[in-house]
Amino acid sequence: MEINMESKKKSRGNRIVASFSSAIKNFCSILPVLLGIVFLLGLFKSYISQQMITSVFTGEVFKDTILGSTLGSILAGSPITSYIIGGELLKDGVSLLAVTAFIGAWVTVGIVQLPAEAAVLGKKFAITRNLLSFLFSMILAIMTFVTLEVVT
Amino acid sequence: MNVEKQKKIKTIYRRFSFLIFVIILYVVLFFFDAGKTYNAIHASVNIIIQILPVLVLVIFLMGVSNYFLKPKIVSKYLGAESGVKGWFIAVFLGILSHGSIYVWYPLLKELQDHGMRVGLIATFLYNRAVKIPFLPIMIYYFGVAFVVILTLYMIIISVAEGKLIETIFYILERRSVNNV
Repeated sequence: MEINMESKKKSRGNRIVASFSSAIKNFCSILPVLLGIVFLLGLFKSYISQQMITSVFTGEVFKDTILGSTLGSILAGSPITSYIIGGELLKDGVSLLAVTAFIGAWVTVGIVQLPAEAAVLGKKFAITRNLLSFLFSMILAIMTFVTLEVVT
Repeated sequence: MNVEKQKKIKTIYRRFSFLIFVIILYVVLFFFDAGKTYNAIHASVNIIIQILPVLVLVIFLMGVSNYFLKPKIVSKYLGAESGVKGWFIAVFLGILSHGSIYVWYPLLKELQDHGMRVGLIATFLYNRAVKIPFLPIMIYYFGVAFVVILTLYMIIISVAEGKLIETIFYILERRSVNNV
C-alpha cells in the first residue's frame, strides 16, 4: 500500500517537472522574437515624439479616422499611453472619431507584434485578426461617437 | 547534411531572424543618431524590467496549464464544444490579463495546441484593450459616458471578431477541401 502511495507521489512529481520544463522550453523558443519586439518598441519610444503624431492629422474627420486607426496600428505600448496621447490629441483639436479609432487600434492591432503573433499563432490567424481589428477600430469609433451624440 | 539537421538550422534561423533584423536596425540607426539609439536601448531595458514579473507569471501559468489542462478539459471549456461559456471565459480572461499582449502568445499557443478555438483566442486578445486599472485615466481624459460606451462596445466587438474569424477560417477550409 505504502509503496503504491510513494510511486504515485513520485510519478506526480515527475509530471510536475515535465510540465514546467516543457513550459520553459516552449517559452525559450519564443524568447528571441519577444526580445526583438521589445527592442523595436524601444526604438519607437525614442524616435517618435507626440508632436510627430499630432502633426499627422489633417482636420478632415473621415481622413483623420482612417489615420487614427493606422497610427494606432503602427504605434504600440501600454494602453495607458494611448489614453494620454489620445487625450492630448483631443485637446489639440483632433476629432473624437479619430481619437477613438486611434485608441481602439492601439491595443487590438499590432504591426510591431505581427511577426511574433504569426510565428506563434500562425500567419493566417495573425493577418486575419489584425485586419479585422483594424476595420473594427473604425466601426468602434463610429458606434461610440454616434451613441455619445444620442445619449448626451 | 541530413534532413533533420537542415530542419534544425531552418528553425533556428526562423527563430532569430527577427531579432537579427532589429539588431541590424539598431546598428544602422546608431550611425544616424547615437543618442536616440542609446535612449532606445535604455527604454527597451526598462520595458524588459517592467514585463519580467508578467513573463514569470506566464511561464508559471504555462507549467500549470501543462499539468492540469488536458486536451479534453480545454476542449470542454474553450474548444469546439464550449458554447456560450467559452465566450464568457475568453472575455473575462482577456480583461483580467495583465502586461503586454505578446507575453501571452506562448500560453495561447499552448492552449491552441490543446484544442482552444481560434475565435476564443481572438476574443481574448481583443479584450486586452479593456484594462480596468487604467480606466480612471481614461475617465479623466474622456469622461464616464465615453468610457462606459467604449468598453461595452469593445466587449461586443471582441465576440463579433471571434465569430467572424471562425467563419472566415471555415470558408477558407471548405474552399481548400473543394479545390482538392
